[in-house]
Amino acid sequence: MSRARPPATAGTTAGTTGPAVSAADLVKTYRTGRRTPEVRALDGLTVDIPAGAVFGLLGPNGAGKSTTVRILTTLSRPDSGRAVVAGVDVTRRPDAVRRLVGLVSQRSSADPLATGRENLVLAGRVQGLQRADAVARARDLLERLDLTDAADRLVRTWSGGMSRRLDVAIGLVHRPSVLFLDEPTTGLDPDARSRMWAEIARLSGQEEVTVVLTTHHLEEADRLAHRLAVVDRGRLVVEGSPEELKRDLRGDTVHLELGSPDDARRALGLLAAVPGLRDLTADGALLRARADDGARVVPQVLAALDTGGLQAAAVSVARPTLDDVYRRHTGRAYAAAGTEVAA
Amino acid sequence: MTTTAVRPIDPGARSGATRSRATGLGELTRHSAYLTARSVRALLRQPAFAVLTLVQPAIWLLLFGQLFRATAQLPGFADGRQTYLEFLAPGVVVMTALFSSGWAGTVYIDDMQRGVMDRFLASPVRRGAMMAGTLVYQGLTTLFQTAVVLVIAVASGARFDGGAAGWAVTALAACLVSVVVASLSNALALLLRQQEALIGISQFVVLPLQFLSSALMDTRLAPSWVGDVARYNPVDWAVVASREALSASTDWGLVWPRLGLLAGLALVMAWLATRAFGTYQRSL
Repeated sequence: MSRARPPATAGTTAGTTGPAVSAADLVKTYRTGRRTPEVRALDGLTVDIPAGAVFGLLGPNGAGKSTTVRILTTLSRPDSGRAVVAGVDVTRRPDAVRRLVGLVSQRSSADPLATGRENLVLAGRVQGLQRADAVARARDLLERLDLTDAADRLVRTWSGGMSRRLDVAIGLVHRPSVLFLDEPTTGLDPDARSRMWAEIARLSGQEEVTVVLTTHHLEEADRLAHRLAVVDRGRLVVEGSPEELKRDLRGDTVHLELGSPDDARRALGLLAAVPGLRDLTADGALLRARADDGARVVPQVLAALDTGGLQAAAVSVARPTLDDVYRRHTGRAYAAAGTEVAA
Repeated sequence: MTTTAVRPIDPGARSGATRSRATGLGELTRHSAYLTARSVRALLRQPAFAVLTLVQPAIWLLLFGQLFRATAQLPGFADGRQTYLEFLAPGVVVMTALFSSGWAGTVYIDDMQRGVMDRFLASPVRRGAMMAGTLVYQGLTTLFQTAVVLVIAVASGARFDGGAAGWAVTALAACLVSVVVASLSNALALLLRQQEALIGISQFVVLPLQFLSSALMDTRLAPSWVGDVARYNPVDWAVVASREALSASTDWGLVWPRLGLLAGLALVMAWLATRAFGTYQRSL
């Protein structure tokens, strides 16, 4: 079950075009100090990213997502392993890769002492656009990301959300084949975050580009990624579309809240006999279980509790979430895995 | 091809491998120009800082000129041929280049902290251009500072009989010192990646370079070891070459070898500093 890998939907076009990214056995270690042991940021990460749409790399901080992006954008070299982006080997021909990829790194990376337009024109010129083309492209992107009003003000004076949208525009200026977005919404307020999500979804439809998105934000991955890979401790643990990954969990999550931890322990015994109910666990007064069809099993659960004289304070049935996917494949709850909880 | 396809690489427009040496050089020049323009633009947007870079050398010239005025009366000082202001002016020019350029690397560290550095390194910007952009910018700043110092010196009564050639040699020598020191500062920035460490080391290097030269004082009147050390000090090469070129009867045999050494050192330092990008990237 742990190797469940549904057939890639992009396989239908695989005859004519290769994957956007193909990385095999990437290993990267860092020295953090003279006495501390090496940190193994990537421990044999292998991933194939099909061309088109949005691919999510999901994992907690320190899982190796950013290291992967740095290697795929030629900023960093792997200790071993091989990576090919848009058909070009990143270690053998980094110059060629740099013309094919756009990078939006974790923090805003526009020059604060230049205007938005100047930032875009410089980025375009450096990518080899003629001046007139760079100016036209800048105008177009500013328009599409709704930055025209601020375009000629210094970026220093822009809001965080605007700067992030400018970063995306800079990443797209040379019409890259693959755009890497490294945690594009970290540090944004909820409004700016929703706005960014809408822009990413829209642009991935308009531009002929494969978007590779890293995020530790489950909702973000669910909303944006057509396919995603869960990365944990430097390795890829599972890959598929969000729906496939959730469907693989087979069934819904049933939560039961009882009067006390004592009641919950007793309920464990009573519910063991209910057909279709699996993976029963108690956590304080809370019971959690899985069921193929949550709605159908609830009456039976309540009846079973009734036979023991117990009553549930609350019952809920939920479709599986990516949190459940993550829990299943790493053996840990998502929030407990990383230091990050509230961005 | 569907809309979801990765575009195949157009070998003519996109391949780095097929780029000829000539177009590579053209690209290096273009990228250097873009990045120099970026720095100049940033300077002009901080008018207070821009003014300060011109006021500071003027203050140094007038301050040191007053403070050490009497030294010109010491027997044997500059063979009695020059007033202290005339002696000092090329010294202040080179000193200004030295101190301004020591800060060059701070721009890199700002860029690293803002993510601008990584974005450039992941783009086709040539590393050589990232280095050259800052060095040319430092050189331009030094040109303006040199002009300010020499004009104020003349306005205060100094005579530079060496004429246009003297001014040109002084500007060139100061620019070369700028390139040497800015390269060092940039390399330190790439290796240390920390503002405080960079400034600390830079100050540690720059002050002795200045005082172990004839910038402020005729080293023949100092302990002999100072003169011995100064002969190996690029700051002294620049000061001696400028002072000689500005004087009435220039001994070009003192000027050319020093300019040559400075130019060679500038090239080596700029090359080494560019190599430091590799070390920086290995730390990513």
